[in-house]
Amino acid sequence: MKSIFRAMTLAVVVTAMLLVVGAGSMATAGQQAKVTISVAALRPGSSDEAKKQFNDNVALFEKQHPNIDVKATEYAWNGATFAAQLAAGRLPTVFTVPFTDARTLGEHRQVADITAAVKKWPYYKKFQKTIIAEATTGKGRIIGVPYAAYAQALHYNRDLFRQAGLDPNKPPTTWAQLRKYAKQISQRTGQAGYAQMGLNDNTAGWILTTVAYTLGGRMETGRGTAATATLNNKYTVQALQLLKQMRWTDNSMGATYDYTWPTINQAFAAGKIGMFVNGSDIYTFLVQAANLDPKIYGIAPLPLAKNKTAGVLGGGSIAVVRPDTKGAKLDAAMKWIDFFYMEKLVKKTAALRDARILVANQQPVGVPAFPIFNKKQYDLANTWIKPYINVPLKQMNPFLKGIFKQNLYPEPAASTQSVYHALDPVVQSVFTDRNANISDLLAQANEVAQKAIRDGK
Amino acid sequence: MSATARDVSVAAVANARRRDRYSPIGWARGGGLAALLFALPMLAIFGAFSWYPIVRLVVLSFQHTNLIDPPTWAGLQNFRDVIEDPLFTTAVRNTAYFAGLALLFGYPIPLMAAVLISESRRLRGIYSALAYLPVVIPPVVGVMLWKYVFYEPSSVGLFNTVLGWFGFGPYGWLQSPGTAMPSLVVESTWANAGTTVIIYLAALTSVDRDLYDAASVDGAGLWRKIWHITLPQMRGVLLVTFMLQIIGTVQVFLEPFLFTSGGPANATLTLLLLVYQYAFGNSVGVGFGQAAALSLMVAVFLALFSVVFMRLTRSWSTT
Repeated sequence: MKSIFRAMTLAVVVTAMLLVVGAGSMATAGQQAKVTISVAALRPGSSDEAKKQFNDNVALFEKQHPNIDVKATEYAWNGATFAAQLAAGRLPTVFTVPFTDARTLGEHRQVADITAAVKKWPYYKKFQKTIIAEATTGKGRIIGVPYAAYAQALHYNRDLFRQAGLDPNKPPTTWAQLRKYAKQISQRTGQAGYAQMGLNDNTAGWILTTVAYTLGGRMETGRGTAATATLNNKYTVQALQLLKQMRWTDNSMGATYDYTWPTINQAFAAGKIGMFVNGSDIYTFLVQAANLDPKIYGIAPLPLAKNKTAGVLGGGSIAVVRPDTKGAKLDAAMKWIDFFYMEKLVKKTAALRDARILVANQQPVGVPAFPIFNKKQYDLANTWIKPYINVPLKQMNPFLKGIFKQNLYPEPAASTQSVYHALDPVVQSVFTDRNANISDLLAQANEVAQKAIRDGK
Repeated sequence: MSATARDVSVAAVANARRRDRYSPIGWARGGGLAALLFALPMLAIFGAFSWYPIVRLVVLSFQHTNLIDPPTWAGLQNFRDVIEDPLFTTAVRNTAYFAGLALLFGYPIPLMAAVLISESRRLRGIYSALAYLPVVIPPVVGVMLWKYVFYEPSSVGLFNTVLGWFGFGPYGWLQSPGTAMPSLVVESTWANAGTTVIIYLAALTSVDRDLYDAASVDGAGLWRKIWHITLPQMRGVLLVTFMLQIIGTVQVFLEPFLFTSGGPANATLTLLLLVYQYAFGNSVGVGFGQAAALSLMVAVFLALFSVVFMRLTRSWSTT
């Protein structure tokens, strides 16, 4: 009897222990299955419609992936904020960076290595080599997913063109013509005929580099810390001479010379600028955050000099993952990148879904971009969404017809931001000093850039 | 001295020594523990938010870091990099220029304002409030106001509109290397003078009115009263505000950062803006070592300046 009682007691204890352990492990499995990721959402100040469009995408993604919770955070790439967020461990799981910075971040291991995950995607091999190279480190590791590419373009105000007696369907095709148009706009409308970013935040150097590329110049040769700075090439001198003439001889650039990326877009949307250079994809920002009247908008390819090396500077955006993301969280992050950024470029159903959400929320569909994969795929994706395209395509015709005939070149590969930063004061000197010595200024800038390249900064 | 008297004095000395000897219980009973408990929150807060970051800064100035991998020791390399950077000289020169101009405008103006306000009997409160008002306005709002209303480079800017009435301008106040720094100083003086005015007004109340009455009897005018009574009586406060102004202006960051980002052509690049550029500019986190090194150099300079200034002016100060 005693032994039966002992056996029963033992059985009860063992069963109870098994139940407890089993319940615990089930609970753990349940917790592991639910993953929360934070994702970079829209720029601060975006319209309510844009926010709703983003939230609709989040809701759909969560429906498709019930075990993933997506937390959206407002986001705009900024080197300063990035460093602070990185140091504090407060980066979103998925965020975006421009082509300009991605490789530097990858070389410093400040974003996650996602080589294995990207290579699993069925469309991995379709990436244009030059585009995926923007997200690949010197050691061949993939640290991001390029999802949008653009070519630098000339944006112009069709209304100011008309007021100045110019044909808005015939934007300038040479720099000499652009200079003439700028003068005409300035004289007849009182607004800046041509404006250029000029703040000491690398944007001044970026646009100068763009203009130098169109004339045939390059800012460096070689790669990595062995690259040679060539900021003082004859084409950069030419680009600065052109700027100097428009600023001081023609007086066609208005009164503001310290524009930066958002402020020049806002001034353009407000009708204060006739022409300016920026990425071909800024229409979305102009509509979402600068309240642009689409009727005034025009876009054209940049004028190219007639020489073999003249080309257009390209750029774009790359989705990256914070450096400490691993396991299920990394899987979830890659699924979000695939869903939100990539699917619409390769799957008809996804492209249509995205276009429908954008249209329902009064957001632009069909903004001029540059192919991430090949041109055939790009054209195919555009035919899928044709019924939903709501941007003023006719006004974008000069760009759409001309851009694919131009050669697109990547940004300077080594110490990109430092090269631009070294050029900032040169542009500012030309803007502010009638007698600025361009050769001396460029020689100094070249020295500064060379040191930055050598130090890997 | 008799033997008894000597014994008594020896015992007294021994007692005194016993009293002086440190004893934790005695210290606690004597109120030391309570004092420590009262000070503990302050010590914890200062330790966490002031002293620890200072120690980290000193350590970081001798290291290389990318904020991901463990930092590596760099010896004096960060200091060498800073000193060899051509922008360092530019930043030192610009900072000295800002400090000099700020001293020229920002030091006498609050003093004059305080003296004039103190002379006003009826509307003293209103004048004081008006003088202090810019301090209440958030600094970023103040800068934006000046940038887009007063210094707007087109003819619709406030200054340019007024000058336009007389056929001058328009001028790009912030877009010319010659006018950018003085423009920053004018805004900075407007924004910060209020605090100094209040300090001077408080100091002026301590000046004995009888001295002014006596001077009046002797036939002294306003200027002589200020020169011979007000300034000497306030010299302690004046010396302290002078030192604080130098410390504040050497650390100027907000104005060049928000107005010009250090431009045009580095004409307003100051030392703290250079620190910011090292830390956050192009290197996205890999220039923290240089940023820390330059911060430390500025801090050491200001500490030395303060010590030397205090020693040199000790005999002039009334405090």
